This record gives sequence, structure tokens and C-alpha cells, in this order.
Amino acid sequence: MSTKALILVGGSQRGTRFRPLSLDQPKPLFDVAGHPIIWHCLTALTKIDVKEVFLIGYYDESIFRDFIRDSSKEFPQFTIKYLREYEPLGTAGGLYHFRDVILKGSPKRFFVLNADVCCSFPLKEMLQIADDREAEAVILGTRVSNEAASNFGCIVSDQTTKRVIHYVEKPESHISNLINCGVYLFGSSIIFKIRKAMEIKADRRSSDPLYDPSEEDGSDNVLRLEQDILGPLAEEKSFYVYETRDFWRQIKTAGSAVPANALYLQKAHQSGAEDLAAASTTIIPPVYIHPTAIVDPTAKLGPNVSIGPRAHIGAGARVKDSIVLEDAEIKHDACVLYSIVGWNARIGAWARVEGTPISVNQHSTTVLKNGVKVQSVTILAKDCVVHDEIRVQNCVCLPYKELKKDVVNEVIM
Amino acid sequence: MILHQVEALAAAGVTDIVLAVNYRPDVMVAHLKKYEEQYNVKITFSVENEPLGTAGPLKLAEEILGKDDKPFFVLNSDVVCDYPFQQLADFHKTHGDEGTIVVTKVEEPSKYGVVVHQPGHPTRIDRFVEKPVEFVGNRINAGIYILNPSILNRIELRPTSIEQETFPSMTRDGQLHSFDLEGFWMDVGQPKDFLSGTCLFLSSLTKKGSKLLTPATQPFVHGGNVMIDASAKIGNNCRIGPNVTIGPNVVIGDGVRIQRSVVLEGSRIKDHAWVKSTIVGWHGTVGKWARLENVTVMGDDVTIADEVYVNGGSILPHKTIKANIDVPAIIM
Repeated sequence: MSTKALILVGGSQRGTRFRPLSLDQPKPLFDVAGHPIIWHCLTALTKIDVKEVFLIGYYDESIFRDFIRDSSKEFPQFTIKYLREYEPLGTAGGLYHFRDVILKGSPKRFFVLNADVCCSFPLKEMLQIADDREAEAVILGTRVSNEAASNFGCIVSDQTTKRVIHYVEKPESHISNLINCGVYLFGSSIIFKIRKAMEIKADRRSSDPLYDPSEEDGSDNVLRLEQDILGPLAEEKSFYVYETRDFWRQIKTAGSAVPANALYLQKAHQSGAEDLAAASTTIIPPVYIHPTAIVDPTAKLGPNVSIGPRAHIGAGARVKDSIVLEDAEIKHDACVLYSIVGWNARIGAWARVEGTPISVNQHSTTVLKNGVKVQSVTILAKDCVVHDEIRVQNCVCLPYKELKKDVVNEVIM
Repeated sequence: MILHQVEALAAAGVTDIVLAVNYRPDVMVAHLKKYEEQYNVKITFSVENEPLGTAGPLKLAEEILGKDDKPFFVLNSDVVCDYPFQQLADFHKTHGDEGTIVVTKVEEPSKYGVVVHQPGHPTRIDRFVEKPVEFVGNRINAGIYILNPSILNRIELRPTSIEQETFPSMTRDGQLHSFDLEGFWMDVGQPKDFLSGTCLFLSSLTKKGSKLLTPATQPFVHGGNVMIDASAKIGNNCRIGPNVTIGPNVVIGDGVRIQRSVVLEGSRIKDHAWVKSTIVGWHGTVGKWARLENVTVMGDDVTIADEVYVNGGSILPHKTIKANIDVPAIIM
């Protein structure tokens, strides 16, 4: 029995934490492991029986046109449509707004995927648990460290039945280290739950003497799945969690694209993907090199490196744990570690562009250096130039900047 | 460094050299003995069992220094300059007094001891003013002297300072003159100054058109002032210079960039490394794509792992550095 899938892509007013990279490209289309972030969601959906995929967001329609055209060819098993919200409605508000499209054909259930997560998307397993428990909703959960947990939605579940008994978004105190991965399987009845939640919210407002409309961050229609729906859902008896032990990362800040790139590359490598570069004395897997990129045979790449279209890597250059985007150039003997080299950026000979290694399981992209919080990953945005022999460490460099002096721990405006 | 001094002394006709040392003499003995024959000089080691200051060691070596009435030179080994021994000896003979000290002009005399001449006399020293607060002159003691054996009578065998005890006693008697140094001068006691001194020394060799320098026609030489031992091996596509010395049996890989550095005997710098303002110690190893800068000093047999960055690290012997040193530090 087929299901539908909704991918929540957000809008340009959101995703500001992905700057400076989102200044030049919408985050869902940013390439990690050689493919746009949402391409990885689509690939996961090919593993189950899905006939219709909807991208929901408030970007301009034109943004996804090329991607949808190309993906429709690559993934003929489902149709892909973009549904545009004209004002931010919140994750639940958006679902309700497009309820007619979602409920058309009376599907029994549908998937909702946040575009900004990087994981193995164990959708089959989620379907299985829904069937086994006759669940109305299944949420994907993962265990994180106790310190990291309060930055996410926390799930308390029954150890044996896996039923969700309590859900709190970003709690102030410790509740659980099982967190919401941003991937859901809902029965169609969720739409009515959302309507009910909207009514309750409106009621509360009209009867709450302390309610101040200026404190709201959008229109009355803003309703978020995490804050407004999942909590009440846990009160009912048919909300279950599938706990994944596979990798999971959020792609929020621009720096988080580096660990996401590493995880997707490792997954592709372990599953024997054919588009990865073969191991050799100069290639330490996993490494993705776009067919149009030019890499000197004496350059050493990897692990966890993606080289974009028409990028140029010079003789004796070294690239490790990094993303090199379209048309970028790294000259001879340069060294690039834990960094993102933006579109058409230039790195000079013997230059060193470097971030700080952080563990893949650490859900943060900042490090403390001399008591100051800095980006762990160095990011050079579009058209940046690093001169020969210059060193750039733990910096975020906005588009079109030219670096002629060594810089450390700075945001270069 | 000391070899430059031995060489310059031999050229000025010196036959006996006394090295006043108080540490690792066996290392220095092995190092210097082989040069005795080459330069036709006799090198004697005078070992202090307790530190004797700057004058005490002269008394200790009285037997050699006082064996005839010919004057002797005294050099601080930390000093690098164009050693003007012949002219100094000639000048010393001309004035006929007991001692002559080499002086150099500095821009900021307030940090040093300044020489003040007797009124109306161009070279006879009247007194020294330590760290003058108002300008009394800008000639400072360059740490090189020529003295008659008679001054040994002014020194007792105990820890004593030539600058603070012996010289003042000589100026009181009008027996001390100054000799102006031409060209560069540098006290290279600190690694930072050692690198600067190397730059000055190499520049002076370039000015003289010295054959010791590696010719700029070599494809890897960049900006000149490069001195590479004939036994060193240099890889392809390197860019070396300006101001680099590379010692015997050093191996430099491909695509290596070195500037303003001293690479000592038997060390190895691997492919694509970048080295600036660094002293690579004896038998050290610098990994591929490593980057060393800002007065990094590697002791004997230190290894820097591939891709590691070192900013101003002073690394003690036999250490292996596997993680970045982002801020200057001493690694024990």
C-alpha cells in the first residue's frame, strides 16, 4: 500500500544559521556528499512504496524548478511537486494548509521529513512499527548525550512497547536523552488533530488575559508540529517511537554540512556506492569527485571529502574532511582541513585553510578557543580568495572577500 | 656559528683559540676538533666547574693567554657580525694602550650600556653608562675585544664581570679604546635573534658575492640569501628562500616551501610542508603538509606529524608533536 511523503524545506527567512552559504543557495539544495541535501531524502523514499512526494516551503517556486525537473528523471517511481506557503505557517500549519492535496486519494498515512536532517532514514522500520502497533503516529528517535539532549525535542517512551508517553520540545531540565529526529509517519487523522490544536490555541488566546499578540512570531496560523502537536499526541495511546542506532545529524549551521558530508559519504562507501573515488595512495575513502572536477594525481584527498563540478585541485594539494564546491580552485601544495570552500573560491599555493576537528557525534559546530566561541569549521563563501601561503583558521568568510593576511577565529565581513 | 668565528680568527693570524665552556663540552669537542687541522689553529677547551662570569674565564686560561706579550681577542659566542679582526688588531697596535673594544651604533641606546669617550678624544673611553635615560651617545659594547695579557693582572680568579669590574678599572687608567664596527651586528642569544642574525649574515654573504651561497640560478631558490650544504637533497617544485640555511645530509621533499629558517644537520622536511621563521633541529622530521612558523624551535630529534600546525612552539628534544600548537608554547 503506497504512502505519500512531505519534505519540509522551509524558506529563505529561515535557515539564517546556514549563512554565509545560504546567501548564495537555498540550504535544501546545498550539496553534501555530491548531492543536494533533499536528494538524500528522495533517495531514502525510493526504498519504500511512495507515489507522490511534496516539498513544502515558502521559497519562490523558481528555486526548486531545476531540481524537481532533474529528480523527476532520476526518480521515476514517484512524482515530485513543490507546494508553496505564501506566509510561514509553521510545520503543522503548512500541513493543514495543504490538507486537500495530502488527503487526496485517501491515503492511510504519510511521511513527513524535515529537510535539514542527515540520517539513514529507516522508513521501512517506521512502517513496520506502525503496522505492528496500529500506530496513529510514529516518530524517529535517537539517543544523544545528556548534555546535548535539551537542545532538541525530548521523548519519554515505554521501554518495552516503545509507546511515547511524554514529549517536550527543548526542555529546560533533563527529561530524556531520546530525541526527535524530525522524521515522522502520520495517519491521516493527524490533520484533524492539527485543526483541533488550532482551535484550542485560538480559544486560549481569546480567554487568556495575559495574551499579548505582539509576542507571537507570526500570524495566528503559525502552528508547529514540535511545540503544538506532539505534546498532546503523547497524551493519546497510539504514538510510537522508532529508535535508530544509525547516524543522525541536524544540518542547521553551515558548519554542520561538514559532518553531514562525512556521514553520507561513509554511508555511501559502506554500501558500495559506485560514484565514489577508488582508494589509492592519494585517495583515502570516502571521497566524492564530480566527473567534471580536475584533480592533480599528486594531490591527496580524504577521508570525507566532496569535490564539486569543475573544481580544480592542484599538484601536491591536501584536502581532508572538507567540501569543495563548484568551480573552486585549490592551488599546488595548499592544505584544506575541516573546511568548506565556496563556489568559485580560490585558495593560493601553500595556503592553509583549517577548521578544528570535532567528533561526528558531537551535536555542536562551535568550539571554545581562548574562552571565545568560534566556528569549528572554516567556511569560505562564494568567490572568496585566499592568497598564496596565507593561513585561515576557524574563520567564516563572507562572499567576495580577499584574504591577504593570516586570520584566526574571525568572521570576515 | 662558532665556526664562523674560528674561521675569521684564523684568517687574522690567530694560532691559539681557547673556548671557555661550562656545558656539554664533549659535544663541542667532537664538533670542533676536526677543524683544528683545516684552519691550522690549536683549540683548547677551558671548562668552568662553576660559572665565573665574563672575566673569570680569562684568568682561568691565563697560562695560554699570558704565554707571551701578544694581545688576544675575546669574543662572546652569541655575537654575529662581519668580524673585523685584522683591522681591530692594527688599530689596537696603533694606540698602544691595554685594550680595545668593538662598538656598534644602535638606534635605541637606552636599552644598552653606552660608551662615553674622553672629551676631545675620538676613541679613548671615559666611562660606560648603563641604560642611559638621556642621550650620551649611541655606541654600545659589541661583545668583541682585543686585550693585552697585562690586563690579566686586573682579574682575580672568582666569578667576576669584565663589563662591570675589569673595564671600569681600565678606563680609570685611560687604557681602553673603542673601535667602530662597520656593517651588521647582532646578539643572537635568543632563537628569535638567532634567526635575525642568520638573515643578516646571509645578506652580508650576498653582498660579498660569497661562493658559499646557493646560486639563484637553481630553480628552487627564491629571493636569494640561501645557503645549502652540498650533501643536502632537495625535492622537486620546492621554493626555498629568502634567508635559509640547510645543513649537511638534510633531505627536503617535493613541493616544500621554506623561508627565513635554519634547517640543521640530518633533518628531514617532507613533501608540501611550509616552514617559516623556524629552527629545525638536528635529525628532526617535519611531516607532509605541516606548517611551522613564528619562531618555532625544534630541539634535537623532534618529529612534527603530517598536517600539523605549529605557531611559535619551543619543542624540547625527542618529542613527537601530533596535534596543532595554535599559540606559542614550550613543549616539554
